Amino acid sequence: MSFPWANEYKPSHPLMQWVDDRLPLPRFVYNAVGAGYPVPRNLNYMWNFGILAGFALVLQIVTGVVLAMHYAANDKVAFDSVEHIMRDVNWGWMLRYAHANGASMFFIVVYTHIFRGFFYSSYKAPREMIWLLGVVIFLLMMATAFMGYVLPWGQMSFWGAKVITGLFSAIPLVGTPLQEWLLGGFAPDNAALNRFFSLHFLLPFVILGVIILHVWALHIPGSSNPTGVEVKQESDTVPFHPYYTAKDGFGLGIFLMLYCALVFFAPNLLGHPDNYIPANPLSTPAHIVPEWYFWPFYAILRAFTSDFMFIPAKLMGVLAMFSAILVWFFLPWLDTSPVRSGHYRPLFRKFFYLLVVDVLVLGYCGGAPAEEPYVMISQIASIYYFLHFLVILPIVSSVETPQPLPFSITEAVLGKDEHAALSPATPAVA
Amino acid sequence: MNGEGVRRRDFINIAAVSFAGVGGLAALYPLISQMAPSADVLAESSTEIDISAIAPGQAIKAVWRKQPVFIRNLTPEEIKAADAVDVSTLRDPETLEKRTTAGKTNWLITMGVCTHLGCVPLGAGEGEVKGEFGGYFCPCHGSVYDTAARIRKGPAPKNLEVPPHEFASDTVVKIG
Repeated sequence: MSFPWANEYKPSHPLMQWVDDRLPLPRFVYNAVGAGYPVPRNLNYMWNFGILAGFALVLQIVTGVVLAMHYAANDKVAFDSVEHIMRDVNWGWMLRYAHANGASMFFIVVYTHIFRGFFYSSYKAPREMIWLLGVVIFLLMMATAFMGYVLPWGQMSFWGAKVITGLFSAIPLVGTPLQEWLLGGFAPDNAALNRFFSLHFLLPFVILGVIILHVWALHIPGSSNPTGVEVKQESDTVPFHPYYTAKDGFGLGIFLMLYCALVFFAPNLLGHPDNYIPANPLSTPAHIVPEWYFWPFYAILRAFTSDFMFIPAKLMGVLAMFSAILVWFFLPWLDTSPVRSGHYRPLFRKFFYLLVVDVLVLGYCGGAPAEEPYVMISQIASIYYFLHFLVILPIVSSVETPQPLPFSITEAVLGKDEHAALSPATPAVA
Repeated sequence: MNGEGVRRRDFINIAAVSFAGVGGLAALYPLISQMAPSADVLAESSTEIDISAIAPGQAIKAVWRKQPVFIRNLTPEEIKAADAVDVSTLRDPETLEKRTTAGKTNWLITMGVCTHLGCVPLGAGEGEVKGEFGGYFCPCHGSVYDTAARIRKGPAPKNLEVPPHEFASDTVVKIG
């Protein structure tokens, strides 16, 4: 589906004509991310992050496939094979740092993409399916990142695997057998390492599949925009290519500068020194934390320190941690305001920024040791996190008076609608 | 079926699809079962440990099923401290007597695996922190165990697990 004024793919070269008649793949690309996809003319830089996330995934797949040529998924040699990559393989140090920091950049980009969605209510009708698929992608990313972090088989790898699979043992009755089934043993061991490698290789391609669905669902209503007002007329849009390929290209340049700064000047900034110690099943690192991108959720997990009613503290923490993401699935129905953009919702906007602060506080506490005052701060921040989605959002949606919306995207950009530039092919609007 | 009852074709259709469905489910079983612990992992299920060198107040870490086991020789004071606790006030009520072998209550043998998320608690090694109840302390999320390795504080739901064990002689214990 597209707008009626979308450019049509007209191959001029006979070879392209021949291909188009038999497999219209170039036509598909032209309509998806080329001149055939009309996009709102007012997108700001927050709309760069979808493409950047796609770029980060490709980066991870390319560096990951190459690393897999040198890595050995066996508990006896896994750690040494990573050191072999770092010391002996040509450019191995760069490829590994590119992959490890690529994961961090992927999460930075995706978190920005998600919070863009929060602020501009990108999850609202008719874009609920895009949002739901996005949450699925995020869950798959978390699983992939976790299993990738286990592969070097250092201390943090091992104990991370133990703690995270230990989450499943909190489930009543089936918990412990389930954990043993997931690990293929009683503790993380060769069986677990091997299956994590297999799945770590597989899941990125599953993510790629869900991204195709995500973009497919996006192309049904078309991209949202900072006003939240839907496209009404041709003057509201510009073709994706060259306008947004250029804008995304600029964003990509900034992304690559930050990324290269990390890879070449601070490759271990976001890692843990403990993971350069080989896995030791008999000694837990004094301060065990996951990678930074899991910290907010880790803080919620640890916030439950005493039993709640009849539910043990451990199960409660696990349930809360998973619910912190699952609640996003219900977002399109929790936020009932008809206005999308946070620009026109003064009250919503304040709570949005409060949520950002809350998640940052959770993140800080998740990376801190499990002691006071961090435990108490995590508890307060966790309560606020769930209050925001389950109580504050529905109430704000019903009591807030939004500011007046512009009539159209064109009006929002040019101040008025009449002199909007139209293509010569468009009949004049009376 | 349009009023004619079950036709021969309907029967064949349902039978064929059901058969394929059962076959599909049956093929799933090995695919799921292959992830469970394999025979060699299960085979490492018992181990014998010489405990003659452990003096009262000392503990060692042994390995059973690739997981640490704490073998601790309790001092009379530690036994007294454990027995002094009112069992009904505990999160996971158990007496020291129930957690040890009769006549050998000084030998506290537990898994060195925190029941919260599986870290190795501190307290078995020389000079490690034993926590405010003199037993074990888990550094990951702050669970505190007493001298009978019972959970007293923090997020862990259960006492440190007592693995199946028996004394082969006065100086050798068999775990598993």
